[in-house]
Amino acid sequence: MVRPLSPTDVARRVARDIPDGSYVNLGIGLPTLVADVVGPDKEIVYHSENGILGMGPAPAAGEEDSELINAGKQPVTLLPGGSFFHHTDAFVMMRGGHLDVSVLGAFQVSETGDLANWATDEAALPPAVGGAMDLAVGARRVLVVTTHTTRDGRPKLLSRCTYPLTAAAVVDRVYTDLAVLDVGPEGFVVREVAPGVTPDGLQAVTGAPLRFAPDLAVVHPD
Amino acid sequence: MIDKRVATLAEAVADVADGATVLVGGFGNSGVPVELVHALLEQGARDLTVVTNNAGSGETDIAALIREHRVRRIICSYPRSAGSVWFEQFWRAGEIELELVPQGTLSERMRAAGAGLGGFFTPTGADSLLAEGKEVRVLDGRRQVFERPLPADVALIKADRADRWGNLVYRTAARNFGPTMATAAALTVVQVRQFVELGELDPEAVVTPGIFVDRVVEVAP
Repeated sequence: MVRPLSPTDVARRVARDIPDGSYVNLGIGLPTLVADVVGPDKEIVYHSENGILGMGPAPAAGEEDSELINAGKQPVTLLPGGSFFHHTDAFVMMRGGHLDVSVLGAFQVSETGDLANWATDEAALPPAVGGAMDLAVGARRVLVVTTHTTRDGRPKLLSRCTYPLTAAAVVDRVYTDLAVLDVGPEGFVVREVAPGVTPDGLQAVTGAPLRFAPDLAVVHPD
Repeated sequence: MIDKRVATLAEAVADVADGATVLVGGFGNSGVPVELVHALLEQGARDLTVVTNNAGSGETDIAALIREHRVRRIICSYPRSAGSVWFEQFWRAGEIELELVPQGTLSERMRAAGAGLGGFFTPTGADSLLAEGKEVRVLDGRRQVFERPLPADVALIKADRADRWGNLVYRTAARNFGPTMATAAALTVVQVRQFVELGELDPEAVVTPGIFVDRVVEVAP
């Protein structure tokens, strides 16, 4: 029986791939869970596009500062050693290759590492992009966290993205509720699968041909 | 004698012309010069191009400018938010033009304007719809899109403290677009929490030197 990973388990698995001492930007949504599960053995400096390095967790109730917020506009704190800087410098850090890791959500990822995470084919809403395109092109490693399929069961990992691209050939690794996949010259290579997931079963919910690593393992979140 | 302090918000925005391009600082509700925007609303300038990260929410500041039909065009990175009701209504009705710009490109285009540059190539968005109609070149092995500077007539920003020379320090993440916008406008107007005496700001900690600032007005919190 397939036992998909919970969002927290996926976050734990991502956290394991983030080395001690990294400068990291976590995208809005699922990626923010990563900060909650990184162990105390690692010192990670979190970056926020609105001019924060050394961002800490949400403040206690009643201690919020309406001007100290993260990219998702939620109140946060500053850790000792943290700093504030202006927007242009925040994006120098992103675009200029100074961040070690960017963890992003996605609508679709292609087998060549194309990322679609800013627009769908929904025309009723005005378009909005924020910092998504800068995050995708700049970080040394781009990790994507997403469910393996849409809510109505359509694959999100595809031969080619059908939604508008955020950036081409940028994604290094994808973490879903069903598998951990590397993206490289050979397309998607499955490194790990969730308990109960078979190669045929995974292929059936993926829109691109999969290769499986010779040492394919079951995901251990911790 | 240099004294950039003005007594009232009305005086600070008195000469903003119809059709002006106006940079407005802020990210979400952090660092938005709310009182200056409300003064601009009272002043009555119309047909504005507003450059800002978000398109306002609720009934205040930029949302109010849109609601009162003052904004012809908005240049921003993320117009959608929980309360961006007025923007969305005007956008659907075709009553406001939207130029969507990736956030880092928005900031860097203003920086280029302030720095006297003719533009820049960036990999951000080069493979996206937002590069349509723009020059794309392969430079250093990457596709990069040419982006033009974004100069303005007026910048409205919020800082924490200022002296009469217009030197500024900011508070936490409210700094956001302020320092860049201050360089990119012909007229930079700043609201601050507090005026201080010349010499009172630590020169090692001044974020925006007064050369980029034209007017400062004190708005008690």
